[in-house]
Amino acid sequence: MKTKNILVSLLLLVGFTAWGQQVPKGDVLFKGGTVLTVTNGTLENTDVLVRDGKIARIGKGLRAPNGVETIDITGKYLMPGIIDAHSHIAGSAINEGTSQVTSEVSMEDVVDPYDVSIYRALAGGVTSIHLMHGSANVIGGQNETMKLRWGLTDPDQLRFEGAPRTIKFALGENPTRGGRARGIQPQSRMGVENMLRTSFQQAVEYKKKWEAYRADKNPRKVAPEYDLRLQTLVDILNGDVLVHCHSYRADEIYMLLKVFSDFGIPKITFQHANEAYKVAPELAAFGASASVFADWWAYKLEVYYSTAYNAAILTENGVLTSINSDSGELIRHLFHEAAKTQKYGDLSDDEALALITLNPAKQLGIDNRVGSIEVGKDADIAIFEGHPLSVYAIPQMTFVDGVKYFDKANDKADQRIYVDPESSIEKITIFDREDQHRCMEGANFINFEDLFSNQK
Amino acid sequence: MKKLRKLFSALLMLAIIPLLSFGQEDDQVMKARNGKFALTNAKIYTVTNGIIENGTVVINNGIIEAVGANVQIPNDAEVIDCGGKEIYPGMIDGGTTLGLAEIGSIAEANDYREYGELTPQMQALTAVNPNSVAIPVTRVSGVTTVWTMPQGGFLPGTAAAINLFGYTPDQMYAGQRGIVMNYPSTGAGRRWRRLSEDELKKRQERALKQVNDTWDKAELYAKLQNADDLRNYPEIEALVPVVKGEMPLFIEVNAAEDILNAIEWVKKRGYKKVILTGVSEGWRVADEIAKAGLPVITGPVQAIPTRESDNYDAAYANPGIMSKAGVKVALRTMESENVRNLPYHAGFAAAYGMGREEALKAITINAAEILGISDQVGSIEVGKKANIFVATGDPFETATKITDLFIDGFKVPMTSRQIRLYDEFLNRTPGVDKTKPVIDIKKK
Repeated sequence: MKTKNILVSLLLLVGFTAWGQQVPKGDVLFKGGTVLTVTNGTLENTDVLVRDGKIARIGKGLRAPNGVETIDITGKYLMPGIIDAHSHIAGSAINEGTSQVTSEVSMEDVVDPYDVSIYRALAGGVTSIHLMHGSANVIGGQNETMKLRWGLTDPDQLRFEGAPRTIKFALGENPTRGGRARGIQPQSRMGVENMLRTSFQQAVEYKKKWEAYRADKNPRKVAPEYDLRLQTLVDILNGDVLVHCHSYRADEIYMLLKVFSDFGIPKITFQHANEAYKVAPELAAFGASASVFADWWAYKLEVYYSTAYNAAILTENGVLTSINSDSGELIRHLFHEAAKTQKYGDLSDDEALALITLNPAKQLGIDNRVGSIEVGKDADIAIFEGHPLSVYAIPQMTFVDGVKYFDKANDKADQRIYVDPESSIEKITIFDREDQHRCMEGANFINFEDLFSNQK
Repeated sequence: MKKLRKLFSALLMLAIIPLLSFGQEDDQVMKARNGKFALTNAKIYTVTNGIIENGTVVINNGIIEAVGANVQIPNDAEVIDCGGKEIYPGMIDGGTTLGLAEIGSIAEANDYREYGELTPQMQALTAVNPNSVAIPVTRVSGVTTVWTMPQGGFLPGTAAAINLFGYTPDQMYAGQRGIVMNYPSTGAGRRWRRLSEDELKKRQERALKQVNDTWDKAELYAKLQNADDLRNYPEIEALVPVVKGEMPLFIEVNAAEDILNAIEWVKKRGYKKVILTGVSEGWRVADEIAKAGLPVITGPVQAIPTRESDNYDAAYANPGIMSKAGVKVALRTMESENVRNLPYHAGFAAAYGMGREEALKAITINAAEILGISDQVGSIEVGKKANIFVATGDPFETATKITDLFIDGFKVPMTSRQIRLYDEFLNRTPGVDKTKPVIDIKKK
């Protein structure tokens, strides 16, 4: 009994040192702000006490314990840190475009803590991102859910510890474009469905093989060959990996609902989903969710029949909806993107704020930790001058785990952690909105003909 | 009884459908109307003559006939009671590809880029598609006039100001055209990002020589223009109005060093009507721009800074810094399908130092003056074209709605494909039959 206790303590200690010490946690008391809780309405003139990186108390007249800093936020707004369910910042690679199924790769291997976009996102009140694989292939790589702990340089320190695994799928123009470039399937939405069904069927068979092996009592049994690609698909079938699927048109969204229904996969988030509004009742009936743009459209054919009312239509139809950026520019003002649903569809303040906080947290499976101002949740907090849904709102401070990573009052120009020693003069890059579309980055430049000539 | 009613409506629908199928497309049902209108009981932001509380605007045959608190309402005018809402001059975007680009990724649907480096004779106005789906989507947000620009080589073409209503480019034409020139850059844009600093420098020098050779030719051509045997030289001829000071030249320039070089270049050439556009790093050299007296069309405001070492809000603050230094500033989105976000670019500029009043000017009267169309649009004044909108409040605020819209005096219907899709799909019929689901969800 005693040894067991010691063992448990040792294990706890090991676990604690593994990440507990690496990630800073803060203590702070916010005094007298307007608290936008998202789950419990707006609390005027309210204090929020943070202890050891968690929200410890919410109320009036709270007093700072010894040694805890007090920040006066009278006249300011406090809201949950913004969560971007679709981002490609802080990733040194986006697409593994060499096959239409690459479930074996993961964005966890390409986290780039040096990307100054992290700081710029913090300056827009963002505390967590879903660093996604690109959309070049039907079944892409696994994604990484992150906390924007800017200044820490070990990629492990930016992970959202304990967040569920997720994976990127893609339908429509992007994967079929790849198929056409290579002269292989899929080159149509029919082919995309077929590739999905074939892949999952292979996973089912793979799973059976392993189950048979495990059930086999023969001591001389031989294990099946391990296949990380198929194993990841099995993990999806088992509900251990959440699928986030790049999609636009209503027909392809509906197709995936049917495929997932046939394979018994209960959870799905459609990313972009510009035409999700057309199948909102079906999405609601399935319990599927959508992560959309506020108003992007017309940049390709499959988003031509979009409407900026998409998020509102989905919300009114009972579909769990978030608004994402998919852009190093847009991520800096997601609060403004969320506000557009008040122009396009009359969403309430709480509904609009949930689109960039609680709802993306639910879609990423981290809503027990973040997404609202509640006692016990992580102290991922953004402080605004002006209501965050006003166009004149200016983010002032951003906290992750109670630690301040952005403060407008102390914002120095050069926030780079790493400066290229080979570059004498800094590059000047004229802003081009197209540069922000990183979904196909890395896939565009592959010469598929050369790449696949041996396999034809 | 209920069943009977259902049957009846089904029969009625069957009877109506063939009628509807004749050209029931998009805007053709709701038509714009011309005539005499009186917008009463409104807070009027004239922009040039302050704010009129509880005033009236009278529009007659396309023109603003009267503005004020004590205006006689003509007997035959259609009265629109604004009920305390606000009236603004239509917003003007100083740089777009609206009408020239329909679907971004499809080359066949884009007409703002012609082949070749030297193509100033290419007319944006020719390629404006008056029936672009993006045009109604834009105007219902209160943007009534845009500068639509060719892009590409160093002299990509002639841009034009257009009003966002009309069925031919000429009906839309807002009375100004201008030559677009991309000033050779030392910076690495999208196309040249892989070049080294030396290569960039050389590229710039070569390009600058090409620029000067071209304008030398244009000046010579202007002198010889009355000679009999002058060879047809359309790309050079297109530049002559600039040399003569009859047409503005819009110089796209962004990096600080390039801006200073461009200012010198303009001084040396002595062209009378020159506007700097882009000017992303204007905040670094704002005083020099002000001293040169050159107006600026800058944007997008919602943009990332040009250098990694810049403050995160450099692009938000840029218009305000230039404006405070004394530069006349207008704003642009550089969008095609999302020009509707112009008020939000202005709102961000306002919040980050420009102030609301200057930001409003930047997308109304300043833009009109810089484009040379302020005799027509840009403020609510008697005699100007009736390009105005009615809003529930501050048009920069995201939740504000535009309720009425006039372009060229036409009362333009407040509809677009995006609005019609909302109307159709908010409560879709049929929805899901819950007794017999379309998708048989086999949840575990």
